[in-house]
Amino acid sequence: MAKKPIGIEVSLAVAEAVKLCDADVVAAYPITPQTHIVEHLSELVANGELDAAYIPVESEHSAMSSCIGSSAAGARTFTATSSQGLALMNEMIYIAPVLRTPIVLAIANRALSAPINIWNDHSDIMSVRDAGWIAVFAENGQEALDLTIMAFKIGERPDVRLPVSLNIDGFTLSHFIEPIIIPDHEEVQAFLPPNEATVKLDVANPISIGLLANPETYTEIRKATDDILLASKDKVIEVFKEFGKAFGRHYRVIETYRHEDAEIVLVTMGSISETAMTAIDEMREAGEKVGLIRIRLWRPFPVEELKAALVSAKVVAVVDRHMVMGAPNGPVCLEIKSALYDALNPPKVFNFIMGLGGRDVRRVDFKTVVERSKSLVKGGQSSFEIVGVYE
Amino acid sequence: MSDHPEAFMKVKDMPEGFQARPGSTVDFKTGDWRSSRPVLDREKCIYCGFCYIYCPDGVYQDQGPEEKYYKADLDFCKGCGVCANECPKKCISMVLEEV
Repeated sequence: MAKKPIGIEVSLAVAEAVKLCDADVVAAYPITPQTHIVEHLSELVANGELDAAYIPVESEHSAMSSCIGSSAAGARTFTATSSQGLALMNEMIYIAPVLRTPIVLAIANRALSAPINIWNDHSDIMSVRDAGWIAVFAENGQEALDLTIMAFKIGERPDVRLPVSLNIDGFTLSHFIEPIIIPDHEEVQAFLPPNEATVKLDVANPISIGLLANPETYTEIRKATDDILLASKDKVIEVFKEFGKAFGRHYRVIETYRHEDAEIVLVTMGSISETAMTAIDEMREAGEKVGLIRIRLWRPFPVEELKAALVSAKVVAVVDRHMVMGAPNGPVCLEIKSALYDALNPPKVFNFIMGLGGRDVRRVDFKTVVERSKSLVKGGQSSFEIVGVYE
Repeated sequence: MSDHPEAFMKVKDMPEGFQARPGSTVDFKTGDWRSSRPVLDREKCIYCGFCYIYCPDGVYQDQGPEEKYYKADLDFCKGCGVCANECPKKCISMVLEEV
């Protein structure tokens, strides 16, 4: 099974993964930087390589509506978007998890307006972080392809039945040509069982979905959805393990890098993690005890895993790619602090925001984060600092 | 923690995706409160069926050729008054519901 990687744009690799998974329905509206994914899928459908219904909808709101409908009818469903497109989907995004409609949504992460900006950060996904979707972040092209395949398997499991968002950094990951191993159709078929919906729209056995819930039931149905989402962490881990067995590439909900004896641990999500690892190698050579935790599974938030990995550190420096306006911390830091609050000797947690609206994240920025953390630990408090902000 | 008196169904009993069989709204008495209720004067009623046709909630039920009138099912009537407005003989009056 020693397949050779081929050079392919990450967006196209995601589309190829959707083809390998035999998606039934793709409903999408083009938006930069996600466009290449659905453009390639429309090509695959048009030339007969993928036997799917491609619905060229008039907006992202309709894209997600179509996806919910097709998933409710039992179809394996895919869509992709970015930034304003995800914002326009927002209303329907919140509906999919409660209706328990598995959908795989690739988000080529891009900054939200205003000011209008087409480049990468995480403000789009963070605007829907509370919606009830399973959310994973890819670091590189191979992972983007692998997670696409796993996303279908996770979401469609009978004990999950939830939509899954696959986050790939816009341009800095989506548009890169990387060496990627593309599995055979047979291998993917063996790994991914058919989508067997237990509850679905069926004319022979009609049901109503999308019902009104008054104060008598709203709380309980929201809790039931959250229970399923929280319980899905173990299913995600199972699917990661099954994937490792089948394809030899192993994934965990969080990844660690040189963190065992680290005094300062960086926390990142997405493609900047590779830059962070290079920076850590350089800092380690200079005698700095630094390490990295990369969060792959953003929702459900892997509290226990992060606690176990971070509790021995002296300082944790959390990198956010989004500002929560008016709040003391970025979204990832808020979660980390909350997870560590009841630890016996919690590490000092500092928050650094970088890479907004496509601003380049360089190795030196991680060195700045480590230097700032070292001085902050001696005293001084920051809610968050924006690395390199010109003021 | 104690259960809220308004709670109707347990978390574990929630059907997957909060779905229901079609037409199950009949199980929920939507007319348990209303501003006013229709009262029919059967002396004037000509059994034309306007109330039955115009009612937005379909609460009027045909009582048949013997009885010759349509009866409002107050379990579902919201008291909108459309029937009284449309009645050509003005034989439906809306009576204020007093609490």
